Amino acid sequence: MSTATSISSKAPKKTFGQWFAATGWRHLIGVALCIYAAFPLLYVLSASLNPNGTLLSSNGFFSTVGFESYEKLFANQQRPFAAWFANTMFIGLTTAAASVLLGALAAYSFSRMRFKGRRFGLVSLLVVQIFPQLLAVVAIFILLTTLGDVYPALGIDNQIALIMVYLGGALGVNTYLMYGFFNTVPIEIDEAAKIDGAGHARIFFTMILRLVAPILAVVGLLSFISTTSDFVIASVVLVSPENQTLAVGLYSYVSEEFTSNWSVFAAGAVLAAIPVMALFLFLQKYIVGGLTAGAGK
Amino acid sequence: MNLKTTAPPEDAPERSSREKSTSLQFSGGLGTMLFKILALAILDATAVFAIFLAIAKDAVLIASIIGVITLLINVIYLKRGWLPAKYLAPGAVFLLIFQVFVIGYTGYIAFTNYGSGHNSDQDDAIMSLLQTNQQRVPDSASYPVTVLDGADGLALLVEREGQQLVGDSDDPLAPIDPAELGKYTQLNFADLLGRQQEVTSLAVPMNEDPTQGTLRTSDGRTAYQYTSTLVYDKGADTMTDSITGTVYSDTGVGAYSAPDGEQLMPGWSINVGFDNFTRAITDSSIRSSLISVTVWTFVFAFLSVATTFFLGLFLAIVFNDLRMKGRKIYRVISILPYAFPAFLGGLVWAGMLNKDFGFVNQVLFNGASIPWLTDPWLAKFSVLWVNLWLGFPYMFLVCTGALQSIPEELSEAAKIDGAKPFQIFRLIKMPLLLVSVAPLLISSFAFNFNNFNIIYMLTEGGPRLEGGAMNVGSTDILISMVYKVAFVGSQRDYGLASAFSIIIFLIVSLIAVISFKQTKALEELN
Repeated sequence: MSTATSISSKAPKKTFGQWFAATGWRHLIGVALCIYAAFPLLYVLSASLNPNGTLLSSNGFFSTVGFESYEKLFANQQRPFAAWFANTMFIGLTTAAASVLLGALAAYSFSRMRFKGRRFGLVSLLVVQIFPQLLAVVAIFILLTTLGDVYPALGIDNQIALIMVYLGGALGVNTYLMYGFFNTVPIEIDEAAKIDGAGHARIFFTMILRLVAPILAVVGLLSFISTTSDFVIASVVLVSPENQTLAVGLYSYVSEEFTSNWSVFAAGAVLAAIPVMALFLFLQKYIVGGLTAGAGK
Repeated sequence: MNLKTTAPPEDAPERSSREKSTSLQFSGGLGTMLFKILALAILDATAVFAIFLAIAKDAVLIASIIGVITLLINVIYLKRGWLPAKYLAPGAVFLLIFQVFVIGYTGYIAFTNYGSGHNSDQDDAIMSLLQTNQQRVPDSASYPVTVLDGADGLALLVEREGQQLVGDSDDPLAPIDPAELGKYTQLNFADLLGRQQEVTSLAVPMNEDPTQGTLRTSDGRTAYQYTSTLVYDKGADTMTDSITGTVYSDTGVGAYSAPDGEQLMPGWSINVGFDNFTRAITDSSIRSSLISVTVWTFVFAFLSVATTFFLGLFLAIVFNDLRMKGRKIYRVISILPYAFPAFLGGLVWAGMLNKDFGFVNQVLFNGASIPWLTDPWLAKFSVLWVNLWLGFPYMFLVCTGALQSIPEELSEAAKIDGAKPFQIFRLIKMPLLLVSVAPLLISSFAFNFNNFNIIYMLTEGGPRLEGGAMNVGSTDILISMVYKVAFVGSQRDYGLASAFSIIIFLIVSLIAVISFKQTKALEELN
């Protein structure tokens, strides 16, 4: 492959026609692709910088620039954006950390131990993950209503309850992904440590977890992304505005006063998207690898 | 094995070494041991507290479930061995309650009439009927009251026979310790005006007996005794309207009904058997909505996968040319939509596609008013278009990876054998690519089958289907229909929504069975 590139770069100057036939048309497609992909994002950015912008006045692309919409966003008492942001981060990070731990524990036992019911366990996890939790959203709502009568901390409108619901879905989705990766770590490492006198807990927490760190990052990130973008369950469980997440809150922004507050919504959208996009682009390689490996298994 | 059967002297060193190993393990695990005991102690204490709370609220079932789970966890962690269980238990508890149980519970709800007007048991319904249909007792005494604001909302303070009584909407009037009064703040005149609606709707039960009625105030100073116009006859299990004389009885529909079919609301939830399913199939308005939504769900999921896959594959082929410069930049920019949160993508596009003010109509189409989101067919197109925008980068990445993992030698060998580039692609690269990508296509199909966010954020399922009795639109997929039936609008029908959920479960299981077989077949190809 390297020879191919060096040859092409050393090649004598080509005519425009030759260049176009070889790679030029590809650039044409590339430019069209970039416009398609990036345009809506630039549009939100420009809308968010358009002070007092309605939907109509946001069509002027970067015609005016100002940060008033961002100030308005944080000043709005009925729609506490700062609280939504903090809630989303809290729920997302807690769920991600806990699902990584729960998934890793389960994957370790499936990968390293041979026990009665192991095959059954693996198969049922595979079956369970077919049914997304949001199908049971009605039952979740009623269950939390019932629990909330006894324990307000586990009822409707409580973030701990929502996190516990998300954790219920964690094992099914993540264990398979992790199980595949755990299997790639040679079992000889465990055996050597066992001979040296290390117990199973020590082997797991101090050795295996370090060796499987990439998959932990992938699962954590995927869980963070799916939790923060969940609307169905979050909108049913979290009722009062100060408890809601970004997905629920920003939806209410748009659904209730669509066209007049557009630039304020756009400002919220930009701020909400930045952490997720930054994380994603930063860890892009791992995610794509993890997605293909996990689903391919 | 042999060692054990030989002479005793051989046995001694073995035992000593075993002792050594256990003591080693113990010393190494002392911290872990303490941690374990501490963690279990905290868990048990919390559980005991929770059980007491549950028993205090008469929730025996919850109490016993917590008891059983806690006991099991203790056994698992205190017993030697059972190592796999120690690692599986934490996740399994959540999985069993919030995934397996709720799926089963969905099945149960599908056989009830749970929903608006039917969301509690019979006792609660009686209580609420007696509390809501109330009238002032004629010529009853007036009580001077003070309105208080407490932790549980508003409360009334009454002085009777020198004793101070306090009650709120849940707790009947009861004597109160003057020291306890510090927990409440008295509402002043301005507060009374500001919270007038709250004050007038406050009804404090006179005592534990619901037939004694409640104390209500309209001005925040004087309260009167109100009793229900309905009279409950416990023996006959009937409600009688004391004004009209109509007798409402429990006819098995989950509400007290008059002979002419009029029902008193709220009712209670009852088991209705297959009613929800029969309604979905026989009621023509529900059936036509259900059929059109199911068809669209399949079409949407299939076309979403097909469009994203072909665009992704096309781009992967175009950019998989090593002579091309700047491929990295194109790749990073084209990934942006995938990194953008999907729900925001839907909301932003909803603004751009707005008929009157949106960017697409105003700028690209020069002020035309094309109903992108409000015409049934254009809305379907828009949903697919936006989903293509959100989803093609994933397929682009996946196809690029798959193409690059195909060994170059294969196409070189084919070229030597005289194959044309398109033949190489169609006969060699494509089959190999499909083998590695097929499972991803299936999981992408499954994902889009329940892709609630894109539908709901972009069109909210609309535009509404004509002639349908339900609030269902032409871009609604099954999961958004479930959500709308259960949680949107004033008429919430949990039973019907759960029945729809069960139908989705069945469809998804069918797809899963087929896809499992299919992927195995594809693996054998490899």
